[in-house]
Amino acid sequence: MRIPLLHIPDGFINLPVSMIFIALSSLGVLACLKGARAQLDDKTAPLAGLVTVFIFAVQMMNFPVAAGTSGHLLGGVLAAVLVGPYAATLSITIVLILQALLFADGGLTAVGLNLFNLSLLGVWGGYLVFLFARRFLPKKKSSIPVASLIAAFIQVPLAALGFVFQYAIGAESTIPVATVATAMISTHILIGIGEALITAFTVSAVLASRSDLVFGWRQIAPDLKIGSKS
Amino acid sequence: MKSFIANKFILAGIAISLLIAGFLSFYASSHPDGLEKVAETKGFLETAKEPINSGSPLADYGISGVDNERLSVGASGIIGVLATLLVAGLIFRLLAKKSK
Repeated sequence: MRIPLLHIPDGFINLPVSMIFIALSSLGVLACLKGARAQLDDKTAPLAGLVTVFIFAVQMMNFPVAAGTSGHLLGGVLAAVLVGPYAATLSITIVLILQALLFADGGLTAVGLNLFNLSLLGVWGGYLVFLFARRFLPKKKSSIPVASLIAAFIQVPLAALGFVFQYAIGAESTIPVATVATAMISTHILIGIGEALITAFTVSAVLASRSDLVFGWRQIAPDLKIGSKS
Repeated sequence: MKSFIANKFILAGIAISLLIAGFLSFYASSHPDGLEKVAETKGFLETAKEPINSGSPLADYGISGVDNERLSVGASGIIGVLATLLVAGLIFRLLAKKSK
């Protein structure tokens, strides 16, 4: 038994495109550093740390999706709903960089590609879907896991589309983009179901014990007391 | 700021993460993930290069030299959780301090 590799390795995408994405992702992560600094406080920072640790752990739990295929949590929407999208980008970034450096999972030259798909596209695209879904749901606590479920599901094929785009402009292989696109999207729709369930379950669990910490709920919570129990 | 350790909720979350990475991860599906499977069936997996740091002692979520799979995967998971806790804890703590 082995934990399957989880991220884009070196070599799938050529070096120039990989370097462009290292630059793009660095800019994105730097911007989020600023945003997170404005949003985090003494009360929410520990949760951001915990969310990062939890996502690392759960990414080791590959779940079966179809014959001979597994999927794993991306975690972008989970993190964004719990600690806000800026801190979420930083969480996923920390996880991806540690996985590449310590576990040789995700190529070192491919780190910009992985960061772009998961910590930027996944987090922010997913978060926008969450905001959109929340708007159409009743302003109740129980709506938060539902909006998270929808956003987490869409996040996975969205991140897969990010790879398809990178493949289209920088593939080392000559296999046609359309072939890769169809297979990537269909497989990742299945993985999205697992992502949605894990995300909704975890968000519900945190809401049940510490709803005062949940970013996606705090924003619309009608009667949240400042400095409640800890 | 209140220490990470002083918070029951955070402590419980860390314990759950240690349990998942250190124990349950052994039971994870070992099939290739979506991307690797697509690369394999569509025929571009061979363009992947061996990671530059594939000789890393923790490469592929195992401890090099430890033959017991359960121990190897579990220990690498625990090291990963602790390393993530250290890095994320430090970064988010610094960011929260600066926000005042």
